Amino acid sequence: MTAPLRKHALALATLLALAAAPFLGFGDGFALSLLARAMILGMAAVSLSLLVGGAGLVSLGHAATMGIGAYAVVAFDAAGISEGLIVFPAAIAAAAAYALVTGAVSLRTSGVHFIMITLAFGQMAFFTTSSFSSLGGDDGYTLYARTEWLGTRIMDNRLTFHFLCLGLLALVWMGGNLLLGSRFGRVLRAARENPQRALAVGFQPYPYRLIAYVMAGAVGGLAGALLANATEFVSPALLSWTRSGELLFMVILGGVGQLGGAILGALAIVLLEESLSHLLVYWRLVFGPLLVLSVLFLPDGLIGAPLRLRAALRFASPKRRNADA
Amino acid sequence: MSMLLVQALNGLQFGVLLFLVAAGLSLVFGVMDLINLAHGVQYMLGAYVAATLGVWTGSFWLGALLALPVALLVGLALEWLVFRHLYRRDHLSQVLATFGVILTVEEATRALWGSAPQTVLEPSGLSGGPMGGVEIVPGLIYPTYRLVIIGVGIVVPLLLWFLVERTRAGMLVRAGATHPAMVSALGVDIRRLFTIVFAFGAMLAGFAGALASPVFPVAPGMGDTVLILCFVVIVIGGVGSIRGAFIAALLVGLLDSVGRAMLPDLLRLLLDPSSARQTGAALASMLVYIVMAGILFFRPAGLFPGGRSA
Amino acid sequence: MPDPLLELRDLSKNFGALTVTSDVSLTVLPGEIHAIIGPNGAGKTTLIHQISGTLRPDLGTIRFAGQDVTALPFERRARLGLARSFQITSIVPGFTALENVALAVQARSGSSFRFLRPVANEEALNDEARTALDSVGLGRVADRSAAALSHGEKRQLELAIAIAMKPRLLLLDEPLAGAGPEETERLIGILRELRSRYGILLVEHDMQAVFALADRISVLVYGRVIVTGMVDEIRGHPEVRTAYLGEDALA
Repeated sequence: MTAPLRKHALALATLLALAAAPFLGFGDGFALSLLARAMILGMAAVSLSLLVGGAGLVSLGHAATMGIGAYAVVAFDAAGISEGLIVFPAAIAAAAAYALVTGAVSLRTSGVHFIMITLAFGQMAFFTTSSFSSLGGDDGYTLYARTEWLGTRIMDNRLTFHFLCLGLLALVWMGGNLLLGSRFGRVLRAARENPQRALAVGFQPYPYRLIAYVMAGAVGGLAGALLANATEFVSPALLSWTRSGELLFMVILGGVGQLGGAILGALAIVLLEESLSHLLVYWRLVFGPLLVLSVLFLPDGLIGAPLRLRAALRFASPKRRNADA
Repeated sequence: MSMLLVQALNGLQFGVLLFLVAAGLSLVFGVMDLINLAHGVQYMLGAYVAATLGVWTGSFWLGALLALPVALLVGLALEWLVFRHLYRRDHLSQVLATFGVILTVEEATRALWGSAPQTVLEPSGLSGGPMGGVEIVPGLIYPTYRLVIIGVGIVVPLLLWFLVERTRAGMLVRAGATHPAMVSALGVDIRRLFTIVFAFGAMLAGFAGALASPVFPVAPGMGDTVLILCFVVIVIGGVGSIRGAFIAALLVGLLDSVGRAMLPDLLRLLLDPSSARQTGAALASMLVYIVMAGILFFRPAGLFPGGRSA
Repeated sequence: MPDPLLELRDLSKNFGALTVTSDVSLTVLPGEIHAIIGPNGAGKTTLIHQISGTLRPDLGTIRFAGQDVTALPFERRARLGLARSFQITSIVPGFTALENVALAVQARSGSSFRFLRPVANEEALNDEARTALDSVGLGRVADRSAAALSHGEKRQLELAIAIAMKPRLLLLDEPLAGAGPEETERLIGILRELRSRYGILLVEHDMQAVFALADRISVLVYGRVIVTGMVDEIRGHPEVRTAYLGEDALA
C-alpha cells in the first residue's frame, strides 16, 4: 500500500462502511437519522480537527458556528424561503462572518486565553439565539419544511440525504487534508509547533490562522444547515458549550494527528450517547466518567488504544516481568 | 435614579460572588497551570449542600457554615481522583477531562436532588427573625442580606491579599506559581502545596455557592453560567492576578446587572417597545462579551497581566 | 568604503532601573564577519534581540540595507534579509530537515496563500532546500525528522535555514555554543565560506574561534561598547583584559 493510502486507511474504511451501511441492515429511518447525525457532526469535528491538530487552536466555541448555520436556515424558513441555493450559502456565509469577527479578536491571544475566549464567544451566541423569541427562543423552532433545491424536495428522501451528507463529509475531509499539505498548511503547521521559527523566516501566523478559523467556521455553518434539515428542529441548545465540548471530544477520541480520526470519533460518541441514553435514565453518570477515563488513559485517542493495550498487557504478563528481572 | 442604585448594588453583589469563584480558578491556574472547567460545580455543590443542610437544621447560617467543610472534602476527593493526574498534561486534555467531571457531577446532582430548583431557607437576622432591609437612601430599602454579601466581598479579598502577600504559605504559593521546580528543590512538598491550593479554591467556590443560594435559583445548571463569566473575569483581569480578578469581577457584575436593567429602556428611545425589549435582552446578554472583546483587542493579556503567561 | 549593511546608532534599552544597552553604535560591512564579545551579563543577547526586532530599543536607530528598520517587527526584518539564529536552537521538530529549510525557501518564493496543491511536490523549493542543507553538510539527513537530529546537527540545520532565506545579513547568537572540537572546526569552515556572500554579525564566547574568524570585534561590557577594532587591537587592549580578568584566552 502506498504511504498516503496507509495513513488514511482507517478514515477511508469508515467512509466506505458508511456508504455500505444502508444496504447492510442500517436502512431504516431510525438508523439513517442516527448515521446522518454522526456524519454531520463528523463534518464539524473534522473542521475542528483542522484547527486543533493543524493550527494548534483549541476552540471551545465551535458549536456556535453550527448553531449559526442552523439558525440561518430557521430565519429563512420563518420568512418563507426554503430554496437551498439561497439558504445554504447564506448559512455558510453567516457562520464564516461570525468566525471572522470573533477570530480576529480571539487570535490575538493564545493558549488558555484563546480557549476561554472562544468559550465566551460561544456563550454570547448561545444567549443571543435564546433571546430571539420570533425564532422560538429557548423552546426552539420546528421547520415548516426541509430545504428544497430548485423546487425539488431531494433532501426529504432519507437515503438521498444520507449520501448527500456522506459526499459532503468526504469532500470536507479530502479538502482538509489537501489544505494541510499545501503551502498554506505548511505555514500553519510550522506556526503551531514553533511560532518563533515561523516569524524568523518571515511568516506572521495571524493571517494564516484567521483564514483557517474562518474556513472551519464555514464548514461548521454547512454542518449546521444540514443538521437543521436532519432534525427539522433547532434550539439554542445546539450552541451550548457542552456541544462544543462534545465536538472537541470527537476530535481527541479519534486522535488529534489525523483529520479522519474525527469522523471515527463522531461515530463513536453518537453511537455511545444513543445506546447509553436508552439503557439508563441518568446515562451521563456513565458517559462522564468514560470521557474522563479516555482522556486520562487514551491520550492518543481510540486509534492509540490497541498499542496502549498491548503495552499494558506486556507489562502485566509474568513471563515478561521475569525476563526483565 | 434609585433604580440605578439598586441595580448597581445588585451588580456589586453579583461581582463579589464572581470574584470568590474566579479567585480560586485563577489561583489554581496560576500555581498549577491547570485549567479547571469543573470549578463551577464546586459552586453549585456549595449551594446545594447549604440549601439542604439549611432545611435540615432549620437555620440557613448553620447550613451555609456546614457547606464549607463539605465543599473542601469534595474538592479534595476530586483532586485525588482526577485533577492530580492532569497537572502535567496539555490544556486540551485538562479541558476535556474537567468537562467530563462536570457532566458526571451535574448528572449526579440531578439524580440525587432532581432538576427542579431547591428550597432555600430565608437567612435569619441577629434577632432570629427575617433579615429585612436597610434604608440606604430615603425611601429605598435594600435587602440586608445582599449587603452582607457585599461586605464579605470587601473582607475576603483583603484576607486573601494578606494571606498571599504577607504569610509564609502565601509566599510559597507565589513562588510555586512562577518556579515550581525551585520550590520543590527547596524541600517543599509541591504535591501537598498543590492539593492545598486546590482545596482552598474549591472551598471559596463552595462558600460563594452557599452565599448565593438565597439569591439565585439552586438548580443543576447554575455553575455553568457562573463558570463562563469567571473565565471572562480572569481573561479581562489577567490570568494569575487576584487584583485583576477583583476589578474585573466587579466590572462584569455591574455590566450584567445594570446593562440588563438599562438597555431595554435605553433602546426604547430608538425602537418600539417590543423590539426594544427583545433587542435589549439580546444586547444585555452580549454586553459582557462585547466589552471583553473590546478590552482584549487592545490588551490581549488582560488589564493586569503578569504572573504566569498562558 | 562600502555602505554598511547594518548600522546601529546610539542604541539604548532599560528594563526598569537596569540599563542593558547603553549608547551602542556599530556597523557591519558587507562581506565582513563582525563579532561581539563580552563577559557574561554584558547584554549581548539583548542586543541581538533589538537588532532582530524581538525587542524594541528605548533610544537610537537601526539601519539595515539602507532602511530605518527600528520600528519594523521581527518577521518584516526577516523578509528584508535579516536572518537570525537562536541561542537555544529553534526548529520545527515535527518537520523533516528538508521541510524546515523548504519553509524558509517558500517564504521568499511567492505567495503562501495556496490551499490545494501539495507543497511537498514543489521541486523548486526542495532543490533549493537540499542545496542549503548540502552547504552545511546535512545533505544525507535531509529526510530525517528534525527532532531526531543530534544537537550539533540541529545547529547546522538552523544555519541551513538562515542560508536558505538568501539573507543579506546573518545574525548568529552563539552558533558554537555546546559544540565539540570537531563540530566547531566544521562550523568555522562553513562560516568562513558564508562570509563572502553575506555580512555576519555574531555573538560568541569561544575566543579562539572569534579570533580565527572575525574581521572586526566589538567588546560589550555592561551594555556599552568599550572598543571596536581588528583582532590584534582587541587582543592587546588594556580595558578588554580588565573586563575579562581571569580569562586565560586573552593572556
